[in-house]
Amino acid sequence: MEGTSILKEKLSRGEFIVTAEIAPPKSASADDFIARAEKMRGFADAYNVTDNQTAMVRLSSLAGSVMCLRMGMEPIMQIVCRDRNRIAMQSDILGAHALGVRNVLCISGDHQSFGNQPDAKNVFDVDSTQQIMIFRKMTDEGRLWGGDEIMNPPKLCIGAATNPFGTPMGMHMLRTMNKLAAGAEFFQTQAVFDLDRFDEWMEGIRKQGIHKKAGIIVGILPLRTVRAARFMMNNVPGTCVPDTVLKRLTSAADSSAEGLRIAAETIEHVSSQEGVAGIHIMPINWHASVGQLVNMTGLGPSP
Amino acid sequence: MIIGEQKPIQDIIGSLGDRKDVRILVVGCDSCMTVSLAGGKEEVRDLVSDLTAHSRRKGLGWRVKGLTLKRQCERRFAEGISADVQNADVVISLGCGVGAQSMSETFPERRIIPGINTSNMGAPEKKGVFKEKCMGCGRCTIDRTAGICTLARCAKGLQNGPCGGSVDGKCELYPEIDCAWHQVYTILEAKGELSEAVEPVPPKDWSRSHSGGVRTVRSKE
Repeated sequence: MEGTSILKEKLSRGEFIVTAEIAPPKSASADDFIARAEKMRGFADAYNVTDNQTAMVRLSSLAGSVMCLRMGMEPIMQIVCRDRNRIAMQSDILGAHALGVRNVLCISGDHQSFGNQPDAKNVFDVDSTQQIMIFRKMTDEGRLWGGDEIMNPPKLCIGAATNPFGTPMGMHMLRTMNKLAAGAEFFQTQAVFDLDRFDEWMEGIRKQGIHKKAGIIVGILPLRTVRAARFMMNNVPGTCVPDTVLKRLTSAADSSAEGLRIAAETIEHVSSQEGVAGIHIMPINWHASVGQLVNMTGLGPSP
Repeated sequence: MIIGEQKPIQDIIGSLGDRKDVRILVVGCDSCMTVSLAGGKEEVRDLVSDLTAHSRRKGLGWRVKGLTLKRQCERRFAEGISADVQNADVVISLGCGVGAQSMSETFPERRIIPGINTSNMGAPEKKGVFKEKCMGCGRCTIDRTAGICTLARCAKGLQNGPCGGSVDGKCELYPEIDCAWHQVYTILEAKGELSEAVEPVPPKDWSRSHSGGVRTVRSKE
């Protein structure tokens, strides 16, 4: 039962947070996961391990999280509602916590029709808000959702996702408030490209006082090519990449260098906003970009 | 009502095989499958004529007859056509999955081929378009969501609000589908009741849904 969440401690101290996303490979070998994680090691405070993202079967987030721990990297284990009912979720939390996992991100999960098993039956026994409620009860009351006492309860730092670009904004803001009311301690956002719309959303967050109760960790996705930008817009629901960004990527001699510059400028912009607790870098397959961005922006994790 | 659609004719022919001189009875339903435009009098007549034409082309010698029942799901109506069923080798049901099973239960010695793919509990939206509305969870709570069932009408069955993929009122899966939560939001906003949408709704008790086992409902005397 040793070890607390570094993420939680930093959040409570108000220190700027850097998280980065590791997408586990379609592989049964630890080496393939470690190779990815290794490229990011040392650049972030905590590392999200995605749970079969875009409904593609990959090495499990629990196993990936444990591999992170062995590498000295603090994991944020993502759990989607698509694939597990409340029995499996709680069981995985007990097991993950027993192995050292302290942070969890609660998400609905992309619909299976987007993935590589479109014939699958989904679960959705609970939604992400209810998932937060269940993990809160386990952590705060030491009980399973059904009421049974847990011999040694988990101490979790519980997060949720939020999309600043869902429309109408008011509706998505209500959803964020709903997750906050359920007990989310931090929010990680979808990737930000449109700074004006982000500022408007952040204004809404401040107006509701959400940032005072939960850490707002802003999604950053370095774009390597204009094709990647178009792919994001067409395939990631709710993503908006403004024309100015597309133009810069198109006209740059070295689009990946330009992509890094755009991401670094985005980091500088969002981190200057009141109420932003940190950034969350989603490198997709460009693992080296995490270290490059951290170095460019001087955001290396404090020791 | 129950929404269903007729199976492609090739599937039905595939189930029949190429046995010769078969007596086939097509049984439609005057209830939901008629409204669904999938198994009413017209569809029965069309299927009879298509199967007859197929038999003629292939020289199979099929004798195909059709009729409809008032409600195929009720055995008392099925029992009323026992003479027709006795005179058939195969029955093609153009009732919903419930109707087809009531045929199987009433005539266990007959082979019943389902001619309908039963889809959902829904309603006609406009001519020929039907939308899912209810998933039979056993504990209706639509009063909490502006009269809209988000379990049935959200692709993820979310109970606390939209997912991040809801954009401009549309579901991330198919742009033709309205986001159920956006509809809820629009109604609550008009009523000035948006604050109710913030309160977290705890995990649902699914014990009266199919998850609780096959259900038997007994009406009060």
